[in-house]
This record gives sequence, C-alpha cells and structure tokens, in this order.
Amino acid sequence: MSRVLLDPTAEREPAQRPRSPRLGALAGRKVALLDISKPRGDVFLDRLEEILTARGATIRRFRKPTFAKNAPVDVRQEIASTCDAVIEALAD
Amino acid sequence: MTAPTLPDGIVAVVKRDCPTCVVVEPVLRQLREAGAALTVYTQDDPAFPAGLDPVDDTTLEVSYGLDLVTVPTLLRVQDGRETARLEGWLREAWEEFTGVRELGPGLPDFRPGCGSRTLDPGVADELAVRFGASRLRSRRVEPAEAEDEIEAAFDRGWTDGLPVVPPTEARVLRMLDGTTRQPDEVVAVVPPDMVECTAEKVAVNAVMAGCKPEYLPVVIAALQAVCTDEFNGHGLLCTTYSAGPVLVVNGPVRRSIGMNSGVNVLGQGTRANATIGRAVQLVIQNMGGGRPGGIDRATLGNPGKVGFCFAEDEEGSPWPSFASSRGIPEGRSAVTAFAGEGPRIVVDQLSRTPESLTRSFAACLRTVAHPKLAFLFDAMLVVSPEHARVYREAGWSRERLVDELGELLTLPGSELVRGADGIAEGMPEFLATGELPKLRPEGLLVVHAGGRAGLFSAIIGSWVSGETGSVPVTREVET
Repeated sequence: MSRVLLDPTAEREPAQRPRSPRLGALAGRKVALLDISKPRGDVFLDRLEEILTARGATIRRFRKPTFAKNAPVDVRQEIASTCDAVIEALAD
Repeated sequence: MTAPTLPDGIVAVVKRDCPTCVVVEPVLRQLREAGAALTVYTQDDPAFPAGLDPVDDTTLEVSYGLDLVTVPTLLRVQDGRETARLEGWLREAWEEFTGVRELGPGLPDFRPGCGSRTLDPGVADELAVRFGASRLRSRRVEPAEAEDEIEAAFDRGWTDGLPVVPPTEARVLRMLDGTTRQPDEVVAVVPPDMVECTAEKVAVNAVMAGCKPEYLPVVIAALQAVCTDEFNGHGLLCTTYSAGPVLVVNGPVRRSIGMNSGVNVLGQGTRANATIGRAVQLVIQNMGGGRPGGIDRATLGNPGKVGFCFAEDEEGSPWPSFASSRGIPEGRSAVTAFAGEGPRIVVDQLSRTPESLTRSFAACLRTVAHPKLAFLFDAMLVVSPEHARVYREAGWSRERLVDELGELLTLPGSELVRGADGIAEGMPEFLATGELPKLRPEGLLVVHAGGRAGLFSAIIGSWVSGETGSVPVTREVET
C-alpha cells in the first residue's frame, strides 16, 4: 500500500509545516532545559542555565527517566503548557 | 496507460494459478518447437511455463499496459505493437492465429481462460497508481519514515478530531469510481474561503471520512446544497450559533447504499449515515478553510457537527416522501440540507388523536431557540412511526399537519414581547398587540423516520431562518 497521501486541502499553505515562531528576545521568557539522562548532560545544562539566566530567561529543569525512551507524556505536556521554549541535551 | 513495446511474433501471457494456462503449457512448447517466434509473459510464477524462458511480469506492468482481461491471451505483434488478440483456449482459433496445425493433441477443444491478475480485487487501483499516468492533481504528501499515517493526518490539521482513513492515491481512485464525473470537474465553490472544489478533492475528503465509493454522489449533492447562496453555508459556519448542516436523504439511493432510516436513525452505527455528513464537513473544513476556533465561531457547537445525515423512512410513511414535498419527483434521489442544531425528543405516549398529538408537537416546537422568539427560526420535525400511525389512521396529510401546527403556533404578541412573563428576551414591544407565527410558513419540515417502537418524535431547531440566515435547500443526487 502506497504511503503517499493526497492533500485534502485547498493547498493554500506550504506542504512543509512552518517552524514554530522564534522567541526573539530571551528576557522574561521561560525556558525548559530537558536532561535526557545521558552522562554529563547535567554539566552541559548547568552551563546553559547560567548563560540563559544571565540573559534574563527563567529556567525550569526537566529530566527524562531514561534516554532510551520518549519523554513521558506528562513531562512533554508540562513543558508545552508552562514554557516558551525547550532545549534538550541530546547526547553525552 | 501506455501500451508496452513487445517482441515481434506471438506473445502469450499466462499465470500458473490458471488451470487453462496449465492446460495450454504443452501447446506453447509445441509452438516454440514448430519455430514460432513465441515470447511468454508470466503473471505469477517466474518459472512458469518451464523451459520456455518466460518473461517475468509479476509486477504486472506489461499486463496492465495491455489492459488484459483474460489469461491465457495470445497477441500477434508487429513492429512492437499488438495487431491481433485471442483469449482462452480454442484449438481452431489458436491454429488459425499461429498458423501451426494440430495443436494440443489430446487436449479438450475449448477451455475458457481465467481472469488476468491485473483485475484481482484491489490490484487495479494500485497498478493505476504505479504504472498509469495519474489523473489526480492533488499535492502529494509523503509522511516521514517513522510517521504514522493517521497521526500525520492529525498533525497536518486534516481531521475533525477523530481519526481519518489515510487518503492514498489508490483509495481516492477507487472513491472516484463512485461517480461519472471527471476528477477535475469543479462541483462546488466552498465557503468560507470560496474555493473551487473538484470531484477529486471531494473524493479525498470522502476517503478520509470513511465513505464507500457509492456514497460519493450523495456527498457531492449534499455539498452542492450546502454551498448555495440560499443555504448560506458561510454564515452558518461563522456564526456563534451552534447549528451545522443536517442532511436528509430521500429516494432509491437510500436503499442502494444502505442508509438507516429506522432504529437509532439519528444516532451512530450506520456507515453511510455516519460518513456522508462527515465528508461534507471535512470538505468545508479542509477545502473551505472552515476550522473550529478559526472561522467557525460556535459558542457551543453540537455533536452533529461531526456529521449529521439520515434517511427518511419512505416505505413506512403515511405521506409522500419529504423530497417530493420539496419538488423532487417520486422515485428520484435527493438530499436536503437544513441548518440544524442537535435533536431533542418530544415525548407523548398518551395521545391517540391527531389533535392531541399535534398540540404536543406545537407546545414543544414553541420552545425552539426560545419560547418567546418567533418567526426567526425554522424547525424540522422528525415524526416516528408510532406517532405517524396516529396521522395515518386519522387520514391527516403532511400538509394538514403543517397547517394545524401553523395555527397552534400563531402566538399572541403580548406573550412574546420583551419583558412579558418576567423575561427580558422576546420580540420588540410594537408587536404586543397582534399575533405572530412561531415559524415561517415554509419553515416547518416534516420527515418520517425512526424505529418501529416508541412514542417519541424529535425536533431539530434551525439557525436563523430565511433571507437573513439559512433557507433549506434540496438537490437531486446525480451520478
């Protein structure tokens, strides 16, 4: 079975979905830092927190229980509903 | 589809799964030995027929290009093009076709062929996608490797909140088999963006809604009714009111596509009822741009906005069909679009005379929108079989019922005006001295439907009626 789908819309928007709007300035924004539980991810994120805080951002720290699985739904929902942006420390 | 270039001489197309092809296997060998320029194409087993170096056509590209119906098929080929064709096994015909005598000694004289694999269920559409020059123009969207197709549809905003059937090209082609229209025929201009909508785009959305191909003409007729100026689909969509298109289907198409007009007629459980209305709403959302929370500003909405479509029970009705009351000749199929809210039930288990039952209906109809608002809203009355029996036995026609309700619903202005009964809502003060009809003369639509048991009927109130709002529209179903 073909995996190509036919667009059901009037095709007035580009096929590629646009990125979310960029933040512009960091001052006053809430930024989530997501540690995926890889070694030394915390070191990287600690430094990011210093830099971003210096620029006026409010930081919230999150952590995935294991890097081997997707972030749990409640973590994703909390980030999406409480923060303006998220930075994920992807690897060691 | 383009005809393939073939080797000159005689070409045979066979499949092992066909007993006649197995029967003619020695004949093909005999032809080769007699020096015929024979090429054999095989549709299933690349090793069949053994010893004849068959050309592998298990992809069916050649068979599809030849538009084969039967195997075995013999073709005479000159300069790469077919000049003659013979199907099945008939000794005399094969001898004449090939010029080789005494073919297949010991074989029966005649065996009909089998169906070409290109015609197996579901195969033809896939082949049309793979090898045909596609007739479809919609933009192709390819989900990423790890992306689930149904989730992809959600992510792109194509759904109404329920999963949709992924609209693959093969499914859309099958859907278009349900209509004689060409894919590029514009069937409606869809509000609110006033976009020209082709049969193909209706088909894409009908696939997503879960329709069968034979529903497509009904979807198109319904869409055309909704997209008229009188129906005012644009206004209906944009309003903060909570109505949506309610579709009533009449005529032979109800039975041929298996619509429900009986038990749970306004509820779930019947594919045609559930998906036709949904397809229309998906077209309005996806093609017209009418998204909930975007242009669709309903304060409350109603569950019927996912799709609200049902059929009239014409066979059990005491009256001529609802569509005939709207000018469609009996025996023809039609869809009526009504800008309606959710249904509410009228309970009357005691009335056994039409006078009493009609007074019950009138009392309940008075509450449409608000008991003190008149001449602003239409209503659809869905009379169930047990209630309809009362009218049948008394010999009341639909027109009589509508007229009697009209009289009962002619209300004293003094009860309706603002402030009356301690309620600020109501009609303007200057109407206090006269009488006002609750409904426009043509604003009461009576349909017969429902299960055989239950002394309940239903009222579906409308959005603002008439010139300032929506007028019900009936469209005949074409092919």
